[in-house]
Amino acid sequence: MTIVLDAPRIVITRPLMTLKNVSKSYGAVQAVRDASVEVFPGEVMGIVGESGSGKSTLLRMMNLEDTPDTGSYTLDLPDVQGNLFELDRFARRMLCATKIGIVYQNPHLGLLMNHSSSGNVAERLLVAGERRFLVLRDKAQIALEASEFPLERLDAPPIELSGGMQQRVQLAKAIALEPALLLLDEPTTGLDVSVQALVLDTLKRLQQDRQITMVIVSHDLGVIRTMADRVIVMRRGVVVESGLADQIFQDPQHPYTQQLVHAKL
Amino acid sequence: MSLKTLTRDWEPMSYGFLDASAKRELRRKMLKAVAVPGCQMPYASREVPMARGWGTGGLQVSLTLINPKTCVKVIDQGADDSVNAASIRSFLAKVSGAPTTLDTLKADLIQSRHRIPEEVLREDQVLVLQVPNPEPLRSVQPNMSIARQMHADADYGRMWLQLYEQIVRSGRIMQGASYPSMVNGRHVMTPSPIPRWDVPKLNMAKHLTILSAGREKRIFAVPPYTRVEPLVFDDVPYKVEDHAKLTCNRSGARGFFMNEIPQEDGSSTHEISDSEYGVKAIRRTEGDDIVLGDTWYKNGEMSS
Repeated sequence: MTIVLDAPRIVITRPLMTLKNVSKSYGAVQAVRDASVEVFPGEVMGIVGESGSGKSTLLRMMNLEDTPDTGSYTLDLPDVQGNLFELDRFARRMLCATKIGIVYQNPHLGLLMNHSSSGNVAERLLVAGERRFLVLRDKAQIALEASEFPLERLDAPPIELSGGMQQRVQLAKAIALEPALLLLDEPTTGLDVSVQALVLDTLKRLQQDRQITMVIVSHDLGVIRTMADRVIVMRRGVVVESGLADQIFQDPQHPYTQQLVHAKL
Repeated sequence: MSLKTLTRDWEPMSYGFLDASAKRELRRKMLKAVAVPGCQMPYASREVPMARGWGTGGLQVSLTLINPKTCVKVIDQGADDSVNAASIRSFLAKVSGAPTTLDTLKADLIQSRHRIPEEVLREDQVLVLQVPNPEPLRSVQPNMSIARQMHADADYGRMWLQLYEQIVRSGRIMQGASYPSMVNGRHVMTPSPIPRWDVPKLNMAKHLTILSAGREKRIFAVPPYTRVEPLVFDDVPYKVEDHAKLTCNRSGARGFFMNEIPQEDGSSTHEISDSEYGVKAIRRTEGDDIVLGDTWYKNGEMSS
């Protein structure tokens, strides 16, 4: 009697998000050149680089706000197929609303400043088609609570809130629909150090509780070091180095990365 | 050679104040508006001898639809005798020779600001509403080109945000007039500053409603038998003004939209807003041979 063994299986995790050979230029300026990024489910990807290195452009493309000149973008989700850059405006908006959450550096970009905070969160749910007032209210409250927003200020408009609170409202809005991918564009830049630490704390806790896949863009190595599992380093639109966070920070290979890490120290 | 040899002989201008090409353009835009219910059609709003904001949009539509046999009624805030209504009515009569009336049942063409008459309109009647701000998305999307895209995509989620905000701030929906409504399940329109009371009258109405904004140069329409649904949350029902129990202190009419008349002692009495209906009710009690038409609201309840 022979025992037939299965071929050895290797657990392969497919990347949740794949950005392949993306290039984008604005007139004569090449903002991103042939960049490829893969993000795996549940991980935090950090993107560092100086101002103008193309990291924000890259993030904008991940949020489908911008279309690159060349390149493809796929999300490995059950009901999402094909190159997302080829979607029409309507499909893009639905996808962005339901699958991708974003927190901008400038809260004015992400929030309606004169509407209430809970309303800002509810807007996300409304775009996705929720039409029950009580459900909207509950879900907005839950999302705000998860981002550690003080609930007594639930209905205060963001314009009356502090910078840290505004970022929490943005975060609540981004996670309200439990997106597959959370994009953070310099979420703590412009906040003072203690508030910055609190917001990062919230982000970390969220990440641990919900296993959200995150892409965080920052020029602040400290932020990336606390948050990220893997890091890519960008310079002048090109990905110059990528690897595990510890690896990049302990043993930087590219001269630019070395410079960056040393400058921090 | 003189100028006379180069020009056509003088002939009388067409009736209705506007020149033929202006009327033709308006007719085309009205047809377009009827073809896509609730969708705003841009048009070249002409100059009329009236300031923008006083009903120039409605006036241009009326001038286009009118002919010397059209019986015209003009309403301003429910009343036929306010200065604005009276002057528009006399202007329409003057430039077209059309007969005028105050009676909703006798009118062929009704131009109105703020109200829809209480008596049910028929299939052969046209209601023209003057609209100050035709864009329902303006309060939630100040950028008009994006707002147009949102209309194209039927992306109306933010309209509910406006309602959400009102409930959160005031405990109820505060939108008193221009209540955003979905037309034919596709386009959200602002039904001009008619009160919430009047919005259900547009739903599956027998008459044609044309809404026109002169300053904003937009025209849109609710064709006969078209669904008009006010935007609501699934768990917060639409409510009209609480006027069902009010009685008009002059005509005794009850269960219609009322104007509040403050009294010196701090209390208030009410008068029916549709003044001609009130007048007819009074004349009927005095024994005149007056026909009161079927009304949309019966005993303060909208009859469906």
